[in-house]
Amino acid sequence: MERRGKQTWHFHNPVYIQGAGTAVGPEEAKGPLGDRFDVCYDNLYAGEDNWELAERRLMKDAVETALKQAEKKSEEIDYFFAGDLLNQIVTSNYYAREIDVPYFGLFSACATVMEGLALASLLVDTKAAQLVLTAVSSHNATAERQFRYPTEFGGQRPDSSTFTVTGAGAIVIGTKQTGIKITDATIGKVKDFGIKQPFDMGSAMAPAAADTIVTHLNETKRDQSYYDVIVTGDLSRVGSGILRKLVQEKGITLERYEDCGVMIYHQEQPVFAGGSGAACPAVVTFGHLLKEMKSGRIKRMLVVATGALLSPLMIQQKESIPCIAHAVSFEREE
Amino acid sequence: MFDYVAAFVVGGVICFIGQMLMDVGKLSPTHTLSTLVVGGALLDGFHLYDRLIDFAGAGATVPITSFGHSLVHGAMSEGDRYGFFGIGMGVFEVTSVGISSTILFSFLVAIFFKPKG
Repeated sequence: MERRGKQTWHFHNPVYIQGAGTAVGPEEAKGPLGDRFDVCYDNLYAGEDNWELAERRLMKDAVETALKQAEKKSEEIDYFFAGDLLNQIVTSNYYAREIDVPYFGLFSACATVMEGLALASLLVDTKAAQLVLTAVSSHNATAERQFRYPTEFGGQRPDSSTFTVTGAGAIVIGTKQTGIKITDATIGKVKDFGIKQPFDMGSAMAPAAADTIVTHLNETKRDQSYYDVIVTGDLSRVGSGILRKLVQEKGITLERYEDCGVMIYHQEQPVFAGGSGAACPAVVTFGHLLKEMKSGRIKRMLVVATGALLSPLMIQQKESIPCIAHAVSFEREE
Repeated sequence: MFDYVAAFVVGGVICFIGQMLMDVGKLSPTHTLSTLVVGGALLDGFHLYDRLIDFAGAGATVPITSFGHSLVHGAMSEGDRYGFFGIGMGVFEVTSVGISSTILFSFLVAIFFKPKG
């Protein structure tokens, strides 16, 4: 690993994607990427008794699919990185109880997936591990209840609010050559522009995403044209516009730019400004974008997962929402 | 016919105020609800809410403001009869039907249905 600038790691040793898996709920399956996901449920309960168990089931499905694709068993995994949105990251902790692998629990809200992948890549690159599993999950009903209102409460939502993606994504990385490798990771700084509205997280997260993207391009000395696409996690329709403006102030006009929260749903679905949640960047990246890389339509991409580090208690105490964004770049080997 | 129009306009105005508290005032649903209840109670303190009910009927009794009005009404009438402690006794006198039916029906719904999401 070579450190570039202050925040970016460039991986010299091979870090390849061995396998990836995704599981989603009903609204995600109905969306434009519906056929890209490995496991789809037509019900938020996913065959379980409650939503917490349903979320755990999604993580289990995603991990099992990723392991199967990597042709590995859980005993062969050296370390497991996981995170989710629930208090005490219960989905990850309780799932880790099942698989018996040394485990790091992470929380960076919806940026957790790239935080985990960056750390996992560092372990593989530095030969501290050979195979590392990373997984994240989120569930619409568990997250809405915790961060906003329980859905049974029936509170009105403004158009700027986002809709938590029900799903889970898992990925196994290792040294065996597979064609798609992880080359760099830029670790973000916490940014807070004073937004206090849990119904406008896109605007809150845009400054963190802008900072990480500009830092990544500066520290790697790359132009944005180096990437076929730059993807953000869950800025949604509101936050994406703000990101473009903020990046433009630094002299960069984003050309090939997408947002997972916008990609995952059709505009006519009842999701307000778009998708959010820890699973949002995970299922879109692992389910859709990696397949685009495999087929050669994307050769290099930068995924910037954005996280609103929102705590309902802090909001009640009139605090604003600190946000973070972590970036990981993926390259296809010809 | 005039009764219908009056009920529609008055009920609509109360709801409009509530929506503005949420959209423009950025109040949470719970704060909005409490504000309207307190508003109804204050209006009744000046004997204005009864006049509004005479004028608009259900337009004034159905919105949540009438809950505040009922709280004050019960407290005042019991206060007249039993003095200071009557206020405490009377607060839930008129509203108790509404509160106990809320508890009962929530209980029944929770037994028979499962939230979909």
